[in-house]
Amino acid sequence: MRVDGDGGRAIVAGFSARIPADGLTAMVGPSGAGKTTLLRLLNRLDDADGGEVLFDGRDVRSYDVIALRKRVQYVGQEPVTFPGTVADNVNAGAGTDALLGRVGLDPALATRAADRLSVGEAQRMCLARALALNPECLLLDEPTSALDAGSKGGIEALVRSLADNGLTVVMVTHDRRQAEELADRMLVVPAGGADGDSAGGSRPASVQKRRYVRRSRTLDGDSAGGGGGGARS
Amino acid sequence: MTDLSGRISIGDVGLSLLLVLVAVVVSRARKADLERDIVIATFRSFAQLLAVGFVLDYVFDGNAALTPVVLAVMVATATLTSGARGRRVPGAHGIALASVTAATAGTLGVLLALRIVPAVPRAAIPLGSMIISNAMNVASLVMTRLRDDLASHRREVEARLSLGQTAAEASQDWHRAALRSGTLPIIDQTKVVGLVALPGAMTGMLLAGASPTSAIRLQLVVMYMLLGGNAFAALVAGHLTVRRLFTPHHQLIRSLSRNA
Repeated sequence: MRVDGDGGRAIVAGFSARIPADGLTAMVGPSGAGKTTLLRLLNRLDDADGGEVLFDGRDVRSYDVIALRKRVQYVGQEPVTFPGTVADNVNAGAGTDALLGRVGLDPALATRAADRLSVGEAQRMCLARALALNPECLLLDEPTSALDAGSKGGIEALVRSLADNGLTVVMVTHDRRQAEELADRMLVVPAGGADGDSAGGSRPASVQKRRYVRRSRTLDGDSAGGGGGGARS
Repeated sequence: MTDLSGRISIGDVGLSLLLVLVAVVVSRARKADLERDIVIATFRSFAQLLAVGFVLDYVFDGNAALTPVVLAVMVATATLTSGARGRRVPGAHGIALASVTAATAGTLGVLLALRIVPAVPRAAIPLGSMIISNAMNVASLVMTRLRDDLASHRREVEARLSLGQTAAEASQDWHRAALRSGTLPIIDQTKVVGLVALPGAMTGMLLAGASPTSAIRLQLVVMYMLLGGNAFAALVAGHLTVRRLFTPHHQLIRSLSRNA
């Protein structure tokens, strides 16, 4: 697959990978390798310039884009709050309290102005906002990079539990330790994803099994909420 | 009644250049470095208005059929100006053309169709020029404001998109702000008209010797026409700009999603 950048340089070129639909996949690699771009392709904030991105076996471009984004939620690096209260942001009506509880926020925060939250709280709120749409797959772009050490551990535990509860999670991180401790497998995006090899040469990315399985869990590809996440070029 | 029209000779115009000289002297004394611009502006205004004077004399004098041509030249100039101003929006010239044309057709067309103003060059050309120049500014303002706002808030826009909002939904706050910034100036002008400044059309009629009440009636028509025209221009420019800043698949275009 290929994504062109400005001035004719490719951001991602000749990349191919398959992400299983179960558990938590960490996408690691040096900065500039195109990890964020790959996540953006999966819910179509951007489109590949060559090759294809498949979700559940079908080209992402064959889905209705709005419906696809609701199934495949993307949460960015720094929490983005919308004007209004936390409840306005989460936008889940009667389900707001339960969602806040699920992401470890005090339901009493529902009436607080969203821009008054700490960064860690705001990141949890963003996760609640994504979960409100009941997605099958959650794409997380460096979800802890904006956080201090204390909030970091909390978000990591939350992400792990979401994956344990059947959500397909793909998490970009530059932190190898975080990937090894948290994820079920690692997808290594090689440096020089921008190597200009736009001919479509396929260089398979390596997927490494976690060395230490934290608990035994097996999930079939399709048991995660009825859908499977797969990205392949 | 004192009528100033026809009383100003070329020599009088020359004398009024003394006032420009004052501006040049002030600029030089204060090192404002505006002398060059002042001189260029003075020469341009002289040449342009002289040319327009001859053209209008010709059109008014039995060549009314050329009125649409004069208006078309004005629309074309406004399109080039506004399109250049909004050049960071893809297709800015097309947006400017649609915006200015809609404003002109939607207001001047109505005034002519309802016979509020007579379909003669002496009415259509000056009124048209006011609508066109106003619409040009509104189109530039709406395009640049919307583009800059979406660029600087692209993370929020994309967060909204990724939550499954459409491009229209994700951009509506800034779309609204751009429409407001495009139409508020004329609304404010309409509110304070006569209290702060006597507007151009009325001033012109008074100088030409008309009675204040008839000058006011014309000015009211002009104000309402500009209010309507600017609203048309803002609506069309806003709508088309949103369409150009997103792909049909509800994605921000790359020049916005990758750079501020």
